[in-house]
Amino acid sequence: MIRSEILRDIAPLLCDHLVVCNIGLPSQELHMIDDQPTNFYMLGTMGLSSSIGLGLALAQDKKVIAIDGDGSVLTNFGTLSTIANNCADNFILLIIDNGSYGSTGDQPTYAGKKTSLTAVALACGCENVIECQAEETGAVLKSALEGDKMTIIVSKCKSGNIKVPVIIMDPVVIRDRFMTAVKA
Amino acid sequence: MSVNEEIVSDLVANKIEFVTSVPCKQLAGVIDTIEACPEIFHIPSNKEDEGMGLCAGAFMGGKRPAIIMQNTAIGVTINTLATLIQFYRMPLPMLISYRGELGEPVACQVEMAVHTKALLAQFNIPTYHFHHQDDVNELDAILKHTFMCNKPVAILTDASFWKEC
Ligand SMILES: [Mg+2]
Repeated sequence: MIRSEILRDIAPLLCDHLVVCNIGLPSQELHMIDDQPTNFYMLGTMGLSSSIGLGLALAQDKKVIAIDGDGSVLTNFGTLSTIANNCADNFILLIIDNGSYGSTGDQPTYAGKKTSLTAVALACGCENVIECQAEETGAVLKSALEGDKMTIIVSKCKSGNIKVPVIIMDPVVIRDRFMTAVKA
Repeated sequence: MSVNEEIVSDLVANKIEFVTSVPCKQLAGVIDTIEACPEIFHIPSNKEDEGMGLCAGAFMGGKRPAIIMQNTAIGVTINTLATLIQFYRMPLPMLISYRGELGEPVACQVEMAVHTKALLAQFNIPTYHFHHQDDVNELDAILKHTFMCNKPVAILTDASFWKEC
């Protein structure tokens, strides 16, 4: 399974919750598969999906799922210690770990080599860290949503991309639509 | 009221409830005061761009944010300022320790100080410079301005300002 297949799989779980989606192909894929006002698409700023998601979860009570990538977590490694030390039980970080920088042409990341993001998250002090295979992502996410515990999911999948259009929605429209959904 | 208490009371009066910080010696007192303030949730960041991500999320969650950092962080956060805070039009007061000005003991700090205002000007970021203790009286208006215009706004606080306090 590749990332877009995971997103297709979990879209019915995502649509009822606030979702912060990582820059590049993940946002473009989610936008194509199931555009929702509850989705915040990152159009830039690699690495900050988990930070935006945590800030959002700490500021209000609805459940927040931040979709991140292995490359993006590697570029903002400090985030895992901030998450561990500022627990928000309405927060789920879903790291789709395909071992590559998908949006830039599938160059390998260190997460696909010796570095285990699961081990790093645990070492940072995150308490509920679940590593799963791509096929299990839906079930793991579902039980994380049912439990009221902050959860980090590391979903191991194959690298690979599908053809997908860029998002042409204006960023202020994305943000305003999202904030209206947050308040609803 | 001490200047740290004055700053924090302006934050509270402007309903700022979510503050992230990366420490600086000059800002130690204000960070301690924020940490002790029950109206403000304080979340330390490892890096200032991470902090801006937290602030963006908090803002979308309905809480007014602010970031406390050193001017060296302008170098760290340029991309985040452009592609997140400005592109999505989010308000963000940045209380900045302006290192490398008169009285600075560390030469390297001057290297970033000489670029600080130029970078902020290049990014069309409204910039205020606190040099004397009385300058803090403008903070309330600056915060109101920030949330009126939905922009990142820089408040540079130099060593002379903190020395008078
Ligand atoms: Mg990847």
